[in-house]
Amino acid sequence: MAVQTVASTTDSTVDLGPAAALSCRECGHRVPLGPVFACEECFGPLEIAYDFSAYDTEELRKRIEAGPANIWRYAPLLPVPADVATKPNINPGWTQLVKADNLARELGVDAGKLFIKDDSGNPTHSFKDRVVAQALEAARAFGFTTLSCSSTGNLAGAVGAAAARAGFRSCVFIPHDLEQGKVVMAAVYGGELVGIQGNYDDVNRFCSELIGDPAGEGWGFVNVNLRPYYAEGSKTLAYEICEQLGWRLPDQIVVPIASGSQLTKIDKGLQELIKLGLVEDKPYKIFGAQAEGCSPVSTAYKAGHDVVRPQKPDTIAKSLAIGNPADGPYVLDIARRTGGAVEDVNDEQVVDAIKILARTEGIFAETAGGVTVGVAKKLIENGVLDPSLTTVVLNTGDGLKTLDAVAGTGLTATIRPSLDSFREAGLV
Amino acid sequence: MSVTVRIPTILRTYTGGQAEVAAEGATLGEVIADLEKNHTGIAARVLDDQGKLRRFVNVYVNDDDVRFEQGLKTATPDGAGVSIIPAVAGG
Repeated sequence: MAVQTVASTTDSTVDLGPAAALSCRECGHRVPLGPVFACEECFGPLEIAYDFSAYDTEELRKRIEAGPANIWRYAPLLPVPADVATKPNINPGWTQLVKADNLARELGVDAGKLFIKDDSGNPTHSFKDRVVAQALEAARAFGFTTLSCSSTGNLAGAVGAAAARAGFRSCVFIPHDLEQGKVVMAAVYGGELVGIQGNYDDVNRFCSELIGDPAGEGWGFVNVNLRPYYAEGSKTLAYEICEQLGWRLPDQIVVPIASGSQLTKIDKGLQELIKLGLVEDKPYKIFGAQAEGCSPVSTAYKAGHDVVRPQKPDTIAKSLAIGNPADGPYVLDIARRTGGAVEDVNDEQVVDAIKILARTEGIFAETAGGVTVGVAKKLIENGVLDPSLTTVVLNTGDGLKTLDAVAGTGLTATIRPSLDSFREAGLV
Repeated sequence: MSVTVRIPTILRTYTGGQAEVAAEGATLGEVIADLEKNHTGIAARVLDDQGKLRRFVNVYVNDDDVRFEQGLKTATPDGAGVSIIPAVAGG
C-alpha cells in the first residue's frame, strides 16, 4: 500500500517531514517548499511552516529521548525526512552543556546557575554544522549536487565537510582576509574556496547575484536559496539546552549576533517546545551579544530604534562581522518582548573573556565565544543579568579557529632541562 | 542618465524574464520611477506604502549600498550599474 509521506495540509510534494510550506515572516504569503528564500510579494524572509498537529507530547518526548546523540533526535521537529539519520551527513549536535561553577564564581553568579553550551564540539568545531546539516538535506531533496555559501569562515568549513561526506561538489566564497586557521579549515576538505576582495557583506552580495545568474544555476547556497531550511538548524540549540536542563527552559540565555538568525531560531525553538508541551510555559529572557566594532543591532537597541542601520565592520570577532544583519529587526523584537537586552563589548574585552573562560572552565572559545562571555560579564556587572537565575551562555566555535586573537599568550618561562633551573624560575 | 539595472529572480516576472534592463534617471528614485513606467508593478515590490525602500531589499549603485549613501536620492551617474538584491542572512 502506498504510504502518504507528506501531511495532508502541505502545499508541496517534497518529503521534508513535518515541513508543510514556506511562509513569509513579514506578510504571511505562503508558497510550496522549494529553493527560494525571499517573498515574491514583499521581499520578506521565507520560513518553514510546520504541521505538528499529529504529535502526542509524551510519545514525542520518548521518541526524542530514544533518538541518536545528534540533532536528528529532533527530526520530528525539523524540515528533514523521517529516515534522515540513515543518510550520509555530518550528524552534528548533542554538544555539552557545561555547568560552569568556576566561571560563575568569577562572574558573581550563584553556584549551579551558569552553563556554557559548548558548540565547539561539533564535527567542524562550530555551530555551523547544525545549519549546514539541515541545508544538505534540503539540497538533496531539491536535487542539487553543488553546495555553496557566502561565509565568514566557519560556514565554509562546515559546507566543505558536509559536501565531502555526502559526495557533493562544494564551492564556497569568503572574504579574502580571513584568519589563516579558518582558511585552512575550509580548504582542507578539498572543495573550491574562493576569496572575494571585500568584507562579508560584499561576499553575500556577490552570492546573491550569482544565484540569479546562469553561472549559479543548480547550486544550493546553504545560506541563500536554502536559507529557510538552513536557519532551522539553530532551533536544535534551543531543543538541546532544554532537554539537557531536564526539559526545562533556561531563565536567561546569551546568544551571539551576526545576522541575527541564530537568536531568532533559538526563540522559535523555545516557543515550539512550549506549544508542544515539552517544557513548562514560563518567562525567559534572550540577550544578544555583539562586538563593539560591528554592533548595528546593539546600537539600534540602545537607541530605542526598531530598524537597524548597517555598519562597516571592524572587529577581531570576524565570525560576527556582518554589518547589515538581515534578522536584526527580529532580534530587537525578541530582546524587547522577552525582557532581555542587546549589548556589545570591545575587542580587548573579547580577548579577556576568551582567557577567563579558558582559565575557569577549560573551554577555549573562538572570538564569538569571547563576545558572549564578555557580554554576560558586562550584563552581570550592570545588573541586567540576574545572577540568581539559570543562565546559559553560548560558545559557538573553537578557539583554534582564531588563534591570532590570543597570540600574546605563550610560555610562562624558558628554562634549562634541570631542576635547579626550574627552581630558579620560581615555579616550585 | 542611462543606467543598467540588475533584476533579482523574484522580480523577473515584471521584466519578461530579463536579468538586466536599462533605465533612465539622475537618482535612484528616478530610476525606480522609470522602471515602473516600462515594467508596471515593479516599484510596489521594491518600495513600501510610504515610498521608502522595503526593509528586506538591498540596492547598490555600482559597489555602494545606498543605505550608506543617500537612499533613494543617491545619484546614478551615466553608465552606472544598479543592483536590486533581496537581503539574506548568513555567516
